Amino acid sequence: MSGQVAGDALAGHAAGVVETATAAERALGLADHLPVLVVLVPFLAAPLVVLLGARRLAWPITFAAAFFSLAAALSLLSGVLGGDAISYHIGGWAPPLGIEYRIDAANAFVMVIVSAIAVAILPYARTSIAAEIPARQHVLFHALFLLALAGLLGVAATGDAFNLFVFLEISSLATYVLVAMGAYRDKRALTTAFNYLLMGTTGATFFVIGIGFLYMSTGTLNMADLAQLIAQQPGNRTIHAGFAFIIVGMGLKVAMYPLHLWLPGAYTYAPSAVSAFLAATATKVAVYVLLRFLFTVFGPQYTFEAAELTWVILPLALLAMFAASFIAIFQVNFKKMLAYSSIAQIGYMLLGIAMLSQTALTGAIVHLFNHAITKATLFMVIGAYVLRAGGAFYRDIEGIGRVMPWTSAAGVIGGLSLIGVPGTAGFVSKWLLVQGALEKGWWWMALLVVASSLLAVVYVWKGIETAYLRAPREDVDRREAPLTMLVPIWIMALSTIWFGLSAEWTVGAAGTAAEALMSGASQLLISGGAGH
Amino acid sequence: MRHHLILRVITKILAGTIMLFAFYVQFHGDYSPGGGFQAGVILAVAFILYGLVFSVETVQQVMPPWLVHRAMALGLLLYAGTGVFSLLTGYNFLDYTALAPHHPEHGQELGILLVEGGVGITVTAVMLSIYYAFVGRTPVIGDEEW
Amino acid sequence: MQGANWEYLVGHANYWLFVTLMMTGLYIVVARGNFVKKIIGLNIFQSAVIMLYISMGKVEGGTAPIFPLDGEIDPAITYTNPLPHVLMLTAIVVGIATTSLALALIVRIREEYDTIEEQDIWEAEQEISARERRQYGEVFGEAGK
Repeated sequence: MSGQVAGDALAGHAAGVVETATAAERALGLADHLPVLVVLVPFLAAPLVVLLGARRLAWPITFAAAFFSLAAALSLLSGVLGGDAISYHIGGWAPPLGIEYRIDAANAFVMVIVSAIAVAILPYARTSIAAEIPARQHVLFHALFLLALAGLLGVAATGDAFNLFVFLEISSLATYVLVAMGAYRDKRALTTAFNYLLMGTTGATFFVIGIGFLYMSTGTLNMADLAQLIAQQPGNRTIHAGFAFIIVGMGLKVAMYPLHLWLPGAYTYAPSAVSAFLAATATKVAVYVLLRFLFTVFGPQYTFEAAELTWVILPLALLAMFAASFIAIFQVNFKKMLAYSSIAQIGYMLLGIAMLSQTALTGAIVHLFNHAITKATLFMVIGAYVLRAGGAFYRDIEGIGRVMPWTSAAGVIGGLSLIGVPGTAGFVSKWLLVQGALEKGWWWMALLVVASSLLAVVYVWKGIETAYLRAPREDVDRREAPLTMLVPIWIMALSTIWFGLSAEWTVGAAGTAAEALMSGASQLLISGGAGH
Repeated sequence: MRHHLILRVITKILAGTIMLFAFYVQFHGDYSPGGGFQAGVILAVAFILYGLVFSVETVQQVMPPWLVHRAMALGLLLYAGTGVFSLLTGYNFLDYTALAPHHPEHGQELGILLVEGGVGITVTAVMLSIYYAFVGRTPVIGDEEW
Repeated sequence: MQGANWEYLVGHANYWLFVTLMMTGLYIVVARGNFVKKIIGLNIFQSAVIMLYISMGKVEGGTAPIFPLDGEIDPAITYTNPLPHVLMLTAIVVGIATTSLALALIVRIREEYDTIEEQDIWEAEQEISARERRQYGEVFGEAGK
């Protein structure tokens, strides 16, 4: 059984190399286990929190686990930014038979996003859930949060298609419960969670059917192995069917435009901290899975030439950008407005995927990151409003800019980033998308991106007008948000500015990730073939 | 259910037998069909049957809800702990060889035993907690409504 | 020709069953208004997938993939593929978790809404939304004055 093969692990898989070595030679250090530890630590912390059952210990354990994951994800990312991939074999069983965790620039980047958001949101969540969820549920809240986090990280880390489904369901099931916890404020959280469960499970089951079809025609579940074998049988109808099932299934999880119906309710009625975490991570990880399957497993040639997916995704992306933005304008609930805006922003990411160029794909991945921090900022601001004003309706937050100047200022920064004003993170990714469109000669597309940003101006302005140009209501709590909330909010707000001004890091990392995704299939064709 | 003499007598006989069968399935799982999932469900069935006939309060004296919740976490920790042990001793996560480095086959057997034990505990606890969760919400059906 | 078609039909019996079950389940999820029935539909849908995988692992003439105790594998014996079964064990567990969570949600929904019919709940929620719009919606109407 082979131990850990760093770097060029692919040759090893293809030949199915089984190395035997003595225990002394194969002793692995902690650093070698990072690919599994990044998932394992939050996953282990969840039962630990339940086992201890102490409310005082729940938060510190959760935070420590999330912090460890962030550190591990960062160290993994720095290890793979050179373009290498790290492969970790669970149980020492070599892939393609065993389950492999495979870290490259794309999923390390996603793991950094997810764990960073978790670390930023947890201090905030402590105050926020104290107000929104009864104390006896706090232990379970933290356990569920950890499970959702572990599931999302696992989806990113794993290189095994079925294992991906299992992690997807772990995170989804935890998410359904977290959303339903909003029922202490609004009973519609329950029906929303139920609908989310129905659609999420249907999506996941579609995904499994797709994986089943792929397994039927290739006999493997390892993604790198799948990629090779799929490339060898271009005309296979079973693979076509599997492809369709996987795209529709993940489309549901991504909230691709006509499959988005679960999203507005789930984001609106979930507890504020959960909304912020979900909006920033869950759909982003689903987008990553879509990317992984479109580009690595099926390969760009298959996806966009044989299946002509561009002309499926592109109209849907445009529809999302305009229809969802338009709906967002007419909301009376600030949180619901942000939820619809999320659907529109997912449209931008899909646009970047559909344009199929290095620049546009980089734009999509950067937007993944930028939108995550932007939306996290905004949802956290809303959570602070909910805490003080008692609700997220525009009516509740009239003139709140004067009552809660610091929170509102962060909200304005988030709003500007949502529009894509230069100097904020949102600008960088939209600029890349416009550039990608212009590279292709699609100037109309560039115009459409700008036009849909104008819609964002309208709904963001609505929020700013309500918060600043009205007289504050008399009956609200006239205090600034507590520091435990304000500090995380401002960390996120400042990071939207930071990543807007110095975009080298995000664009560089996303560029490497896009390269890893785009060239994934062709690299495999070169190095593979020996084993099959 | 005071009047259902047959049910009560049969349940008393069956509950123990079911538990025994659960352990058979659990420990025979190493080299024949069976294992933690099946054994856990069967073991939970013994408790649920007892609860159905003799009321939930009676069965909760043996398996109080707090114990069930802890057991759920404990089983999971046993499973993952096996993996962490091999990880700490310099092997890959869940590489059972770590449990008996000089005799990998024994390590595999021991690993499966521990992991299946964890699975069994968790599955029993989960099934019971699902039962408790639902049964705690329904109005009790009186004897005269049968 | 007729014979070949018949063979095609019978040879793919597991797929016909899968398609029928899957579409039945999905139809129930979409068409039924009762939440419990929706969950039953979802279960049928998931069972269809389990059937698909299990039938996929069947090798003609294959026996249970349990190696003899001494570890001496007779190459003459054909074993069925155990992997799909293992995968489905996981999928079943996921299915149980989903079902029990859904049922728990239904119990809570019933406590809050006093019904588990989609139509009634939809009407109740429309009413809440309409009230919210009346209560909070005029914020921007006032701005024009």
